[in-house]
Amino acid sequence: MKGFDLFALFANPEFVTMLWSGVKLTLVVALASWLLAMTLAVVLLAVRLTPSALARRAVQAYVSYHRNVPTLVQLMLWYFGIASLLPGALQGWLAEHNAEAVFAVIGLGLCQAAYFSEDLRSGLRAVPAGQAEAARALGHGYLGALRHVLMPQAVRNAMPALVNHTVSLFKNSSLAMAIGVAELTHAVKEIENQSFRTFETYLIATLLYLGFSLLIMAGGTLLERRSRIAGAR
Amino acid sequence: MGSVIDIVRDNWLLLLIGQYPNGPLGGIACTLILSVLGIVLAFPLSVLLALARISPWRWLSWPATALIYVARGVPLLMLILWVYFLVPLLIGHNVSGFVTMLVTLVLYEGAYLAEVVRAGIEALPKGQMEASRALGHSYLGAMRRVILPQALFNMLPSMLSQFVSTIKETTLGYVINVPELTFAANQINNRLLTQPFQVFFILAVIYFVVCWTLTWAATQLERRIEAKRAGTAAGRAAGRAPVATPTLAAEP
Repeated sequence: MKGFDLFALFANPEFVTMLWSGVKLTLVVALASWLLAMTLAVVLLAVRLTPSALARRAVQAYVSYHRNVPTLVQLMLWYFGIASLLPGALQGWLAEHNAEAVFAVIGLGLCQAAYFSEDLRSGLRAVPAGQAEAARALGHGYLGALRHVLMPQAVRNAMPALVNHTVSLFKNSSLAMAIGVAELTHAVKEIENQSFRTFETYLIATLLYLGFSLLIMAGGTLLERRSRIAGAR
Repeated sequence: MGSVIDIVRDNWLLLLIGQYPNGPLGGIACTLILSVLGIVLAFPLSVLLALARISPWRWLSWPATALIYVARGVPLLMLILWVYFLVPLLIGHNVSGFVTMLVTLVLYEGAYLAEVVRAGIEALPKGQMEASRALGHSYLGAMRRVILPQALFNMLPSMLSQFVSTIKETTLGYVINVPELTFAANQINNRLLTQPFQVFFILAVIYFVVCWTLTWAATQLERRIEAKRAGTAAGRAAGRAPVATPTLAAEP
């Protein structure tokens, strides 16, 4: 084993390029799947709030599936399974447009949407019933009350859980490596294979992941504090 | 649909126990053994970590907090790579993928479970500690005889959901060739080549059945414990004490 030398890695421009593109792809996958997850979570919540029992059951089934099947298996089902059922033309198009990353974003996004929508729902349930009644009494419509009175409070209640799940979404982006996305963990394995500097490579990647995770946690705490309403419970 | 049944009929033994007795025990059996061992070994570690984290001694609480944050901020996959690399260096000879995965799970789950334990301890009314100190218990004695027995009982449902998380995390063993369920499914897929959707659909269904059953059991247990606590707290003016529901992420 060679002696510890962190700069040996940075001295090689090839490794720096690989690392940088890995970081970029990790951030792109995480951000894209976060946006997909949040959008879908709001839609799921809206569907669940409708009085239809069928709609409620459907959302429950969606959430149950995505929470009880391992994320890695969901990714494999998307990338190996569902992709093979698509029409040939679409498969060809996807193959040219980084199919691995596309399916990673879809898989991670759909999975995390289940968690986000449950977070929002428990946030909404924690808003006292009097708030809804008061908002309606003051002349808000159903949707208006939801948008202007209930959701702002629900999101504040849900913040800690949403931040936690954002961190786990970010960490789960590393699973995309298993279906061949060249994100950070993938890049790290490559660099390690070529440089034989396992310790240094892993150390850099760990610090990067840890740094971004702590940044998300700190950002969440800051946002929570900023958005707190004086005097609110 | 017929092909799904055919695949299950031809491969159920591989899915159940892997290539045992001609090879290592694998399949669902391997997944379950790995997760049970993982959570059982992680439990004592998590109690120690939680006690260290909330202890009044800074030289103990600071490293424990740092360790927990590292485990929470780094992907499990990265941790697997570290263990895969470091354990052979430390003990001087190679270990199997199973042992690597087990060590990783114990460290990772230990950190997550420690937060569950901490939440359980902090959810108890402060008076419990104060009363036991007033009755002459030392800090550690009060922890052991008064606080922990109550906190751990209230945390049973959270621990069961953590067990479900552990089952889901064992899938990552696939990356280092642990012969667990996901690995077995990939073996089948590599042999058949033409029916990837059916194979991974079966895989998802198996995980769903196992994890959903356990999640359901956790909910039932939670309801029981909540009812029990509500019963004992009914006399109190303040009503029901909050039940420990840690907001930690269940993953992956």
